[in-house]
Amino acid sequence: MTTTQYRVIGSRPVRHDGADKVTGKAIYTADMKLPGMLSGFVLRSPHAHAKILSIDTSEAEAMPGVHAVVTGADFPNVEDKIADLGEGSVNLAYLSTNCMAQKKVLYRGHAVAAVAATDVHIAEEAAAKIKVEYEVLDSVTWVLDAMQDDAPLLHENLLTDSLGKKAETPSNIPVHMHFEKGDVAAGFAEADVIIEREFKTATVHQGYIEPHAVVADYNEDGRLRIWTATQGSFTCRQQTAEVLQIPLGNVLVTPCEIGGGFGGKITVYLEPTAALLSKKSGRPVRITMTRADVFEASGPTPGSYMRIKLGAKNDGTIVAGEAWLAYDAGAYPGGMIGPGCMCVFSCYDIEHAVVDGYDVCLNKPKTSAYRAPGATQVAFAVEQLVDELAEKLDMCALEIREKNAVKEGARRVDGPVYPPIGLEQCLDALKQSEHWNTPLEGPHRGRGIAAGFWFGCGLKSSAACTVNSDGTINLLEGSTDIGGSRTSIAMQLAEVLGLEAEDINPQVGDTDTAGYTDVTGGSRVTFATGMAAYEAGRDLQQQMKTLAAELWDCSAEEITVNEDGSFSGNGNQLGFKELASQLFAAGEHLVGRATVSPECPTNGFGAHIADVEVDPETGKVTILRYTTIQDAGKAIHPSYVEGQLQGGTVQGIGWALNEEYFFNDDDTMANADFLDYRVPTMLDVPMIETIIVETGNPDHPYGVRGVGETPIVPPPAALANAIYNATNTRMTELPMSPPKLWKAMQSDPSAD
Amino acid sequence: MAPESVSEVVSVLGEHGDRAKLLAGATDLLVQLREGLREADVVVDIKKIDEVTSYKYCEEDGLSLGAAVTCCEVYEHPLLSRLYGALADSTQIIGGWQIQSRASVGGNLCNASPAADAVPSLIALNATAVIAGPNGEHTLAVQDFCTGPGKNALESGELLVSIQVPAQCDNCGSAYERFIPRNEMDIAVVGVGSWVKLAEDGTIADARIALGAVAATPLFAEEASASLIGKQPSEELFAAAGELAKQIATPLSDKRGTKEFRTHLVGVLVKRTLTVAVERAQNK
Repeated sequence: MTTTQYRVIGSRPVRHDGADKVTGKAIYTADMKLPGMLSGFVLRSPHAHAKILSIDTSEAEAMPGVHAVVTGADFPNVEDKIADLGEGSVNLAYLSTNCMAQKKVLYRGHAVAAVAATDVHIAEEAAAKIKVEYEVLDSVTWVLDAMQDDAPLLHENLLTDSLGKKAETPSNIPVHMHFEKGDVAAGFAEADVIIEREFKTATVHQGYIEPHAVVADYNEDGRLRIWTATQGSFTCRQQTAEVLQIPLGNVLVTPCEIGGGFGGKITVYLEPTAALLSKKSGRPVRITMTRADVFEASGPTPGSYMRIKLGAKNDGTIVAGEAWLAYDAGAYPGGMIGPGCMCVFSCYDIEHAVVDGYDVCLNKPKTSAYRAPGATQVAFAVEQLVDELAEKLDMCALEIREKNAVKEGARRVDGPVYPPIGLEQCLDALKQSEHWNTPLEGPHRGRGIAAGFWFGCGLKSSAACTVNSDGTINLLEGSTDIGGSRTSIAMQLAEVLGLEAEDINPQVGDTDTAGYTDVTGGSRVTFATGMAAYEAGRDLQQQMKTLAAELWDCSAEEITVNEDGSFSGNGNQLGFKELASQLFAAGEHLVGRATVSPECPTNGFGAHIADVEVDPETGKVTILRYTTIQDAGKAIHPSYVEGQLQGGTVQGIGWALNEEYFFNDDDTMANADFLDYRVPTMLDVPMIETIIVETGNPDHPYGVRGVGETPIVPPPAALANAIYNATNTRMTELPMSPPKLWKAMQSDPSAD
Repeated sequence: MAPESVSEVVSVLGEHGDRAKLLAGATDLLVQLREGLREADVVVDIKKIDEVTSYKYCEEDGLSLGAAVTCCEVYEHPLLSRLYGALADSTQIIGGWQIQSRASVGGNLCNASPAADAVPSLIALNATAVIAGPNGEHTLAVQDFCTGPGKNALESGELLVSIQVPAQCDNCGSAYERFIPRNEMDIAVVGVGSWVKLAEDGTIADARIALGAVAATPLFAEEASASLIGKQPSEELFAAAGELAKQIATPLSDKRGTKEFRTHLVGVLVKRTLTVAVERAQNK
């Protein structure tokens, strides 16, 4: 545990963007208005899978008020080049045709044309006049069906890559992954108890409140300016430039305030289309998605099929694990199977393990990252099997986890050996918690626990701090702020300089002003951009030491930066602000800057406790109490850490109990709205209690670990375990919605 | 436009036919217009008409509820909410309080959703619709008012003026309950309204059960209702009535629930609403 006393870190200052957001003054993309701006409307495929035989836009183009129409023919041909998006990579040909279909539509909602007009109603009316002739093809939306030899084929030339070897005949499976450690057959031979089960999870969506929106202004000189809701302005710039085949430096992306992303606002959907409409019309163009567009045509997270086997000895040691995972990629290759494979056994030190994973294309929107992408599915499966092993071995669910929890030195099935990590400490905090030590009584009630893991990545971040004449700081960074990161980054700079959080004015820069910064994703911003701010502060201190030496007539080596941020040397001592003011008065302008690129994952572990009551007549689950415990390394702003734990947990609860893409017989989505796509309301969740564990991350100056993603991982498993303890019914399918749970309780003869 | 009398509305409807749409709370109409589910040349606001926006209760005739009276006005009225428990239950769960301050019981009926929360309660309470049209006024039992999803018995040029709900005696009680997967922001997977009248000896003298969201229109469960008459209230009796009610349910399997689950819920909710209705009758 860290014991260092900090002044700013660990306190809870008011967030810098708070006033703007609570008063409605913050500028979101849909608020943007430029002179002469047109409204865009995207015409989308009504079919889940079809060939485009022809598109006739003439009638739409002739409509008064219409300024431009674009189709796939307006997009440049891009090659199968792989572009790195930070948290994942993308094939540009796929990215381009996902923005605008060329020869085929691969899912309902796939863009086929777009119109820019003087208002959105004219644009919509014009879009309705575009004649698209389709040849409807058979479609497939269940992952196992899509893997069959006779399944409708989405991509004619897609050959499975299996450990570097290409298959000879095309299929819907772009990748087969395989990880192995130890001797799995020997491991299972050693086991006294073996449990194997199949699990299924439905496609779910991030459900951010703000639909995707963009404003594009393509200037006569070839300069393209974009305002957008994105998790990464630099990746947005890169994707847009590559899809349009224009020089990167010609594109300026200004990130507006963002109403949630959770991984779903990294890929570009509207930007290239808006840019082409603007280029054709010579006017700025704004496009906003409807909620139905968001569900049908952005990037949900994979549905999955999993078959997992665990073996344990009588003393509770889990000795062998085997996992066979098939995840939806959606319409294009590149789903979340990789992290799924790496996370499946990430919480337990299992000597012998093997994992096979399949990325599978099918007629749903291309999947995207969603908060610990791929990890929630496998945790739902493995954490239930661990409970079952415990039950068979007559052990407590906590005891078996304590016995097998990974610690420093354990090797994960995909290779990495853990540095110091905090799962044991989380389980210990769980054991000590008031919640765990309060018995749960009453009929139809049950308690469940589950652990969870997410890597947390480093990647590239930059920060620059300009010192004002009064010693306050303007901090410029490039991480779009989706969780209060401006403040948590500013606090780290304030800490190193001996200032207050309010002395720092943090600003998220655009791609012309901020230094290169990777996406806001992978739970990386407070860790990596915070580190950049810390280093920028150190850079500033170095410069100030040199200048103070001149002021105080001594050598820079004689100047000391004290713990409170003050400078002393040659009998002088000044606080940061005083020294900065004197230097400014002496004609010195100070700018500190830093770029960092930490490569180490920050390894965020958590453990959750859920108490539920199940209505035996309807299968409806009421969550009575819920506690989320997580190792934050060091919580910079505890309120935001708590907010992340609560927010992630609530999303996990939604995934567990009600959220799912519901498909009609023709594989179109039946519930593309917030009425029937059921995210939890405030009446559906109790106050989520949180316990922050701080083990300190040795790879960060203040010990920060990423926290944003891990909390979504355990809830479905913790709730499934609680439901089992309440009803004696094992739920192996998500969501555990009332009709499904009721049905399972009917058919389970052992149920109460 | 906003006419000030029923006859004016009738003449506007006569002039514009189906291209005129009536607006009370607008909580369904505006959404439907915006989503292109309905089209209108003329929107006629009926809230300037006294008999449409007011209500009165007397012990002989019962409740006369103007078609545009809002949900809030019903459940916030101490006497009405006590006498018409089922209607109070319904009006408290239609949307949030902002919606309830606009949405009307009459509008809920005219919208004719199979899952409308107020309609099973009105049927259970044996309510009658008062309809005005080119040929004057006539009445129709609420149980016959809805004719299909989004379709009602109003002829061209007609409007719903008010809903008459019979007077309630001291030994009457009613209740409505719906099942939804969440606790808010959902449409009934199944909704059931029940009304009972108890005899001196505590047996059930009369009863009416109505079902929502299990057929193209809300249903009066005649056989299930009749099965209760003359019997002492008991869990077994209510369960048996639930079984009878299930027989008339013909629900669909869709995003809100499977056919099997919905049919099962009919039994559960019949039992639960009868239990509450009898309790209310006993405690009045």
